[in-house]
Amino acid sequence: MMWMKSEAKTVIIGGGIIGLSIAYNLAKLGEEDIVVLEKNYLGSGSTFRCGSGIRQQFGDEANISMMKRSVEIWSRMEEELGMDVDFRQTGYLFLLYEESEVQDFKKNVELQNKLGVPSRIITPEEAKEIVPLLNIDGVIAAAWNHTDGKANPFKAVFAYANAARKLGVDIYEYTEAQDIKVENGKIKEVLTNRGSIKTHRVINAANGWAKIINKMVGVNIPIEPYKHQGIKTEPIKQGQIEPMVVSFKHGGVYMTQEAEQGGIIGGYGLKYGPTFDMTPTYEYLRGASYRFSQIVPALKHVNIIRVWGGYYAETPDGNAAIGRIKELDEYYLAAGFSGHGFMLAPVVSEMVAEYIVYGKTEKPLWFYDPYRFERGEFRGKAVQMG
Amino acid sequence: MSDKSKIIICRCNDVTQKDIEDLIDQGITDIEEIKRLTRIGMGPCQGRTCIPLVAAIIARKTGKSYEEIGIPATRVPIRPVPAGVLVGDVDEE
Repeated sequence: MMWMKSEAKTVIIGGGIIGLSIAYNLAKLGEEDIVVLEKNYLGSGSTFRCGSGIRQQFGDEANISMMKRSVEIWSRMEEELGMDVDFRQTGYLFLLYEESEVQDFKKNVELQNKLGVPSRIITPEEAKEIVPLLNIDGVIAAAWNHTDGKANPFKAVFAYANAARKLGVDIYEYTEAQDIKVENGKIKEVLTNRGSIKTHRVINAANGWAKIINKMVGVNIPIEPYKHQGIKTEPIKQGQIEPMVVSFKHGGVYMTQEAEQGGIIGGYGLKYGPTFDMTPTYEYLRGASYRFSQIVPALKHVNIIRVWGGYYAETPDGNAAIGRIKELDEYYLAAGFSGHGFMLAPVVSEMVAEYIVYGKTEKPLWFYDPYRFERGEFRGKAVQMG
Repeated sequence: MSDKSKIIICRCNDVTQKDIEDLIDQGITDIEEIKRLTRIGMGPCQGRTCIPLVAAIIARKTGKSYEEIGIPATRVPIRPVPAGVLVGDVDEE
């Protein structure tokens, strides 16, 4: 086993894209002595299980502006982190079947346009031009934004981890935070299966497992792990389903073709939980196969090679809980991403690092305030599928 | 000596022995991480051919035992099945 530090200025719990990107951004702003703890291997929790989509088509100002910034970072990530993460702006296409859906998406598009996101409502025929294999029976319109896209979660995790290491961050895998010692409201030590690390600052980036870490310090914020799943087909000819195609009419189904490999990856909204079980289910495999072939009938003849489980760490309003916890010093939470952690990571980590280092940020941290739930102040439910 | 850049370990995703040994030389010796970075075991064969070969390369280069290396999770369906067959719309040949 690798040697481990016995003392650190900052301990980040969770080696997924959120924890690693926060470590990177803190180090970039000059912070030293940062440790990341991952109980399994990097990305093993939720990042490597995600659907890979990156979109700005949200329905509220905070998420739209955050994602606009995030896409800026995604699009120059190779330059910044020194590794190509297969980011492709292949767009997001929402298929709309009801007049009420069209009205909702028109409102969202108006807000997105006001904030500089070039989304628009298009006709079913235009949608079919973008994805010729689409079944447009019953489709009355579609919402389309060509600057949305996707990236490779595996490469993105390694890109952030390597860039963080270059700036001096220590990353310990197979190292589980088992308890946090607090005295007089101050953090003293993080106990792990490999020994303890003295520290005064902990960042909980454990997402699906965040409530377990919160419990160690007596903090109670509603974040629960729900099992969602994904399926993947064998590779097919490139260029068949370039954008992320979404239909709420078909149970929140989403699908896209992987940029590098050419398999179709996606899922739908069937979820189980709260649970820490991640076993894939036959019910899901069948349900997702059915929905895939409803949207793109040709997929009936394509082999499904894999189904896997992962968490949406969900909060009551489907938006993350990010901020400093008041009950003790110095504890931060960045978790409960409700299925949007991968796409938001570049901008959330920038925001959290600014807040920790400068004590303030111009990004809408207030929107993700972990205490909004106890105040009964729920945000509009974030646009969510899968 | 044979050219390791021409020895295919993963036929689904065209990963060579050299690709894998290069990662191990960079310090990436965890089979789960090698899987994600090279996508060995993630193609239509789902690891039947390549995973034992990769485990052997890791064992030889690092001295780890097969127990330590472990094997990634096997996921359903065990062999590829057309979506239409799962749905009951298409007959299996």
